[in-house]
Amino acid sequence: MAPADWYKENGINLYLNDPVVKIDREKKAVISSKGQTVSYSKLVLATGSSCFIPSIPGIEKDGVIAYRTIEDLDDIKSYAAKSKKGVVIGGGLLGLEAAKALMDLGLETHVVEFAPKLMPRQLDEKGAIMLKEKIETLNISIHLNKNTKSIEGEGKVAKMVFADGSELETDMIVVSAGIKPRDELARESGLEVGPRGGIVVNDLLQTSDPDVYSIGESALYKGMIYGLVAPGYEMADVVANSLAGGSKTFAPYDMSTKLKLIGVDVASFGDPFCTEQEHQHIVFEDKTKGIYKRVNISACGNYLLGGVLVGDAKDYNMLLQTYKNAIILPPTPEDLILGPRSGAESTGSGVLSLPDAALICSCENVTKGDICSAVTYNNLEDVAGIKKCTKAGTGCGGCVPMLNDLLTATLKASGKEVNKVLCEHFSYSRQEVLAIIKSTEIKTYDELLMKYGNGDGCEVCKPAVASMLASTWNDMILNQDTIQDTNDKYLANIQKGGTYSVVPRIPGGEITPEKLIAIGVIAKKYDLYCKITGGQRIDLFGARVDELPLIWEELIEAGFESGHAYGKSLRTVKSCVGSTWCRFGLHDSVTFAIEIEERYKGLRAPHKLKSAVSGCVRECAEAQGKDFGIIATDKGWNLYVCGNGGAKPQHAKLLASDIDKETCIKYIDRFLMFYIRTAEPLNRTSTWLNKLEGGIEYLKDVIVNDSLGLGEQLEKEMQYMVDTYKCEWKDVVENPAKRKKFTHFINSPIADPTIKFQAMRDQKKPVEWGA
Amino acid sequence: MEAISVETIKWVMVAKEEDVPANGGSCVMYKNEQIAIFNFKKRNEWYATQNMCPHKKQMILSRGMIGDKECEPKVACPYHKKNFSLKTGENLNGEEYSIKTYPIKVEDGNVYIGGLE
Repeated sequence: MAPADWYKENGINLYLNDPVVKIDREKKAVISSKGQTVSYSKLVLATGSSCFIPSIPGIEKDGVIAYRTIEDLDDIKSYAAKSKKGVVIGGGLLGLEAAKALMDLGLETHVVEFAPKLMPRQLDEKGAIMLKEKIETLNISIHLNKNTKSIEGEGKVAKMVFADGSELETDMIVVSAGIKPRDELARESGLEVGPRGGIVVNDLLQTSDPDVYSIGESALYKGMIYGLVAPGYEMADVVANSLAGGSKTFAPYDMSTKLKLIGVDVASFGDPFCTEQEHQHIVFEDKTKGIYKRVNISACGNYLLGGVLVGDAKDYNMLLQTYKNAIILPPTPEDLILGPRSGAESTGSGVLSLPDAALICSCENVTKGDICSAVTYNNLEDVAGIKKCTKAGTGCGGCVPMLNDLLTATLKASGKEVNKVLCEHFSYSRQEVLAIIKSTEIKTYDELLMKYGNGDGCEVCKPAVASMLASTWNDMILNQDTIQDTNDKYLANIQKGGTYSVVPRIPGGEITPEKLIAIGVIAKKYDLYCKITGGQRIDLFGARVDELPLIWEELIEAGFESGHAYGKSLRTVKSCVGSTWCRFGLHDSVTFAIEIEERYKGLRAPHKLKSAVSGCVRECAEAQGKDFGIIATDKGWNLYVCGNGGAKPQHAKLLASDIDKETCIKYIDRFLMFYIRTAEPLNRTSTWLNKLEGGIEYLKDVIVNDSLGLGEQLEKEMQYMVDTYKCEWKDVVENPAKRKKFTHFINSPIADPTIKFQAMRDQKKPVEWGA
Repeated sequence: MEAISVETIKWVMVAKEEDVPANGGSCVMYKNEQIAIFNFKKRNEWYATQNMCPHKKQMILSRGMIGDKECEPKVACPYHKKNFSLKTGENLNGEEYSIKTYPIKVEDGNVYIGGLE
């Protein structure tokens, strides 16, 4: 509901806590429980629905709870606390959600469904089987074809008995077996209701009395109750239009839905079953990945009629639009669910092929035409602008990726570059801000904001500028600690529960037994969880903020330095054991890795940097997956750049081959500084290269052939960074003013009392979020 | 800790002004309540909110970066960058949860919070 003021401002009398008990249709008035009489010319019944409770003997027992209101959820929570096992009656959308809730509450969970499949209204048989299998992998048991005959137990629930004679023991039952329209008032006042409830309405949503309307989940339209929010809005719109003298009518509403159910994407659109019309269908099924997709196509092969997606619903928006707008299908309609193969261009040719009338945001009823014209006429440059201007994407948010595509496509079509300013506080790109910092020799964020920015800054521009200042002047970052991201602010990585992890530098992954012991002793003393990282070093978890300087004091004493695991900076240089021990090794990869790591340690960049050195082509250090990687050859070293693991793995590309160490370092100096100069904030080297016009060939030209004449300058800048390196943790440990900031409370010496751990495999872990 | 009563609000002194970094935040404890206080030097304003981010229920907001969104002063949670108005506590990413704010004032180098039980 809107705030109380809203009703007042719009001239609406709002009566709260006083339900209507009677409709006097002759006098055209409603009478409330407190005896108020309010007359009407037109009446709208939007009484909604309640949870349908099947009349099963024993349903009134303790431990049987409906799944509908917030209060119900509280009841479920408190009853679950004293239960071990729970059953949900109903395998529809809400029922499965309820099952997830029981599972999260730690109960052994079962779902009982009357129909032979899950989500009978949305899914076809095979889709439902796939969903069932996915849900069962989560240890939720599904019982289909079960007609509950009775609920047994002494006062409270103990077991369920089914019509087929089988039984299921349980401590509690959650009922989610559909909805029951609230049609009591209508029934008592003689309005026509359906045989199974619901106030019967016509195309104008009038009940059997033309002056009385009904909308939402209380209305029965063509034998159907619409239990979704979008048709509810549409009904309200139709009635409002009719009251204002219009002639808009309601039509059978598209019940397409997409949702994430217990972590499984499920979508259904148009006619998912096509049992009554002639059609062809295409099915894709991948049991190993749990993906099922089906599209129904008209007999002539030209139109999409509907479909089902389980396990992967990323094509839903495009499929829905193709169906709704009756777009003629391409000659290879299987591409709709399989995607274009053999390197062909996308067949749907993207969002721009949609007609202007295509509904992009169904929550707020915004069409493609609305969005594109808003972008063009209001000069919008980001999705936030579209949201503000058109309200698209402000409901469920499912259309946001399409908004993004529409924005980029519209801007591109009008010949405009997508704006790359840092944020609302700086109308410059990262590259421009960096140039300003260098030419003006500005050394603080505050000065930069005052002279070149506006407003008070934010969590986007502060760390971006902090990174640029560090990449240029290499001052200790904690001299400006309030502009650092939390990890940089505490020189450690924040983890669940508010504690931090600590990673000492172990260059090249080489470590003496003495140092290993020192780490072990410190980890034991502070009770830290230990894990070997992917970068050949040791991560120590569970350190409180006040313990960080104490831990580092001991680590530094033992000869360690900061590992910068917390920074957008050089992390590790991984190495294989190389020619010193390995019978295949061509050169000493460990020594080179250590040299490289010592040279670039602490270097801050637009994003984190990882490196590796392999002693031969067997590539045990996986150098071709790194931002810069080096592989020994019989003539020298090959240098690869811009590789990446992460969300979108990408192999590194060869920058130079058979070069000696000195040349290799020279090229890396130039490469890293060129990246730092030109990348956008938070772009890894792979993303940066993908956007770089001319790609790797251009990069080779700049780095190897020095086509821009920048080589010497870049090397000089890097040498400055190398010469001015200092260990950030040593600086803190030796500086009482900086140490003082490592505390949870400023008015108490105690640690954060909410930090909690639990045991796991002889070590500890933080308790789950919010537990 | 000493309690001072001014007008109708009860004010509690919780920190020294100098202990809260300029344009940054700190956490104070009062009885069992954790409160984040922010010294928004850039605007010459002070703010106080609950320390817990309601998104994942972590005691963290005092370690968040402050700034503004279209002039509304805000704090961004370090965990998932959820933004909250420092004035009203409203979530600025359009999500439903919000945070509690407290009256705050600075006198003679001492920081006071009002409305505490």
